[in-house]
Amino acid sequence: MELTGAEVIARFLGDEGVEYLFGYPGGAVLHIYDALYKQDKVKHILVRHEQAATHAADGYARSTGRPGVVLVTSGPGATNAVTGIATAYMDSIPMVIITGQVPTKLIGNDAFQEVDTVGITRPCVKHNFLVKDVNELALTLKKAFYIATTGRPGPVVVDVPKDVTAQRTRYSYPDKVSLRSYNPVTRGHTGQVKRALKMLLAAKRPIFYTGGGVILDNAAQNLTELARLLRIPVTNTSMGLGGFPASDPLFVGMLGMHGTYEANMAMSRCDVMLAVGARFDDRVTGNIEKFAPQAKIIHIDIDPSSISKNVKVDIPIVGGVNAVLHDLLKMAQDAGSAGDVESLDKWWEQIGQWRERECLHYEQGPERIKPQYVIETLFKVTKGDAYVASDVGQHQMWAAQFYRFDKPRRWVNSGGLGTMGFGLPAAMGIQFAHPGEMVACIVGDGGIQMNIQELSTCLQYRLPLKIILINNGYLGMVRQWQEFFYDERYSQTLVESQPDFVKLAEAYGHVGMRVTDPAEVESALKSAFAMKDRLVLIDFVVEPTENVYPMVPAGAGLEEMLLL
Amino acid sequence: MRHIISLLMENEAGALSRVVGLFSARGYNIESLTVAVTEDPSLSRMTLVTNGSDEVIEQITKQLNKLIDVVKLLELTDGPHIERELLLVKVKAATNPQKAEITRLAAIFGGRVIDVSPLSYTVEITGGENKLEAFIKAFGSDNILETVRSGVSAISRGERGLQI
Ligand SMILES: Cc1ncc(C[n+]2csc(CCOP(=O)(O)OP(=O)(O)O)c2C)c(N)n1
Repeated sequence: MELTGAEVIARFLGDEGVEYLFGYPGGAVLHIYDALYKQDKVKHILVRHEQAATHAADGYARSTGRPGVVLVTSGPGATNAVTGIATAYMDSIPMVIITGQVPTKLIGNDAFQEVDTVGITRPCVKHNFLVKDVNELALTLKKAFYIATTGRPGPVVVDVPKDVTAQRTRYSYPDKVSLRSYNPVTRGHTGQVKRALKMLLAAKRPIFYTGGGVILDNAAQNLTELARLLRIPVTNTSMGLGGFPASDPLFVGMLGMHGTYEANMAMSRCDVMLAVGARFDDRVTGNIEKFAPQAKIIHIDIDPSSISKNVKVDIPIVGGVNAVLHDLLKMAQDAGSAGDVESLDKWWEQIGQWRERECLHYEQGPERIKPQYVIETLFKVTKGDAYVASDVGQHQMWAAQFYRFDKPRRWVNSGGLGTMGFGLPAAMGIQFAHPGEMVACIVGDGGIQMNIQELSTCLQYRLPLKIILINNGYLGMVRQWQEFFYDERYSQTLVESQPDFVKLAEAYGHVGMRVTDPAEVESALKSAFAMKDRLVLIDFVVEPTENVYPMVPAGAGLEEMLLL
Repeated sequence: MRHIISLLMENEAGALSRVVGLFSARGYNIESLTVAVTEDPSLSRMTLVTNGSDEVIEQITKQLNKLIDVVKLLELTDGPHIERELLLVKVKAATNPQKAEITRLAAIFGGRVIDVSPLSYTVEITGGENKLEAFIKAFGSDNILETVRSGVSAISRGERGLQI
């Protein structure tokens, strides 16, 4: 069948099973928008800013495991999308971004709305394509989806010049694709897995340190069974939360800069560390010289370049996290050994002592609302069952510490890039993917204003998000650093004028509430969640100078935490 | 340590910039880089000379392998190999003794005079790094008008090789 390039794109997305396309129109993509108008398989979501389109697609992807798909125009449309592309790249999120481009004969001429999209995005995509021949369009799109979703996932950009979208070609859906230069491994090396098990069974002070790879590869089940079988403590990175149930007694909390005392101490003192789908990020390791000095390290990762990048590893296992954990679990079951039980008992005793430090303790007095209390109450009111999207800052760390995730894909945050403005559009993507589920968006008064325009999108599509605004009047996380490390010189972190967030929510057609009294936190949350079909923004006016503890100062080792 | 890495890549627009971009983004050194299409027009072959500690070289090869356009990679310095580089050098050749000396030196190094003008000769020579440097030295910088080097091309000896 003969179709135009634009029709190929619309048809292909439908055939590929794409539910939602997050986008924003413009000159270079007019043909594509016309083709979308004439079909009803793919639902286009009109955001209010291209950055939000990418974050929404990202939230959709993180909460479902399916790729998020974006369509933007050339030039400013593409550059606006870059922040969201880089955000997805840092956290290995599968995404396909179709960008319009000026007609092929104008490329390189500084044409109207021309940017070198392939050049600009090259360092922050898994791969990108410029399609110059309409006959290659469908196959290129197929490659893009294949690359984005396999191996270590990531965003893939497909740049399509306007004339290509007008040219005609024969179309049939390419259901298969193979690339000679790209064959991601899946199974781990059996010999290495055996060695790993041996090391784990001999360990006296073992720990599992697991990251986003467990979520991405749907490996929570195998991880949980393995940890329980061997009775080994588990700590998660912020990307890995929900990969192991937080309510399980084996869970010692998040690790790293704002990790728990017990997690960071256990990491520092362990003798065997099993790192799974985690990449030894500097926010996690603290000072690398002082990182886990006695540990023998086993590292399971799909990406060989993640292994021995920051920290030298003793047993590298390249492979899909889930497949390797599955093999490891089977071998462990067959071995039937419970490891060094006596040493494990001692290890747990030690961990128990660290736990007694109660590093997350805070006091909620009668006067000002503590941000931690808001999150704890949110957890209680939603029975731990909400999808939680967070923005970036102190509130993000409190959310990670106090909302205890038992299931994967419930916690969505920008871990690697730390992108303010991520939270609200990401929450939208989650709600599209999970209509009828509770979606809470935890934001600061700074970050919410970086994509506040999306409140308008939320009204258009009736997204009943619950926006939990932790309003401290400061760019809190930066203020905290200034308090600790710059002698309280609060340079440009006090936001001196703020909108009335309640009126703002109302102006966008939503429900706004303000809560200043700790006694009203719970009832406000309850009534917000009772409004099942309305977006509710609750402006929680909190203690302005509350700090996030524990904190490992930059350059310090994990043991050198500041505690309250 | 100096390392020579050979790559087979999809012969596509942008493949070269992916490699170069990777090196600049991650702060790796490039001493020289050559690239051209192979006998199979869908592939190009690149020879990269770089240096770094073993850990850095390991990261470089892993990162290169991760590029979607890279089909295959071989670290040549891991085994026996041959490397060659082409040097073109334009030297002052105004007097007869000068001309005779240039021809003599070129012959000693296995090079050839490939262009002659009233005041200069251009000599072509191939070889390894050391030979080219010795040749340049033999002329002395005062006599050299211009030099251009191709960068290293290299291939493994014997059975081991870079094929798909
Ligand atoms: C786009 C972007 N700009 C700047 C920063 C640096 N930054 C990190 S946290 C933060 C403060 C966030 O303030 P707010 O949104 O009010 O949240 P809080 O920390 O007070 O909870 C800033 C400015 C960032 N992460 N992202």
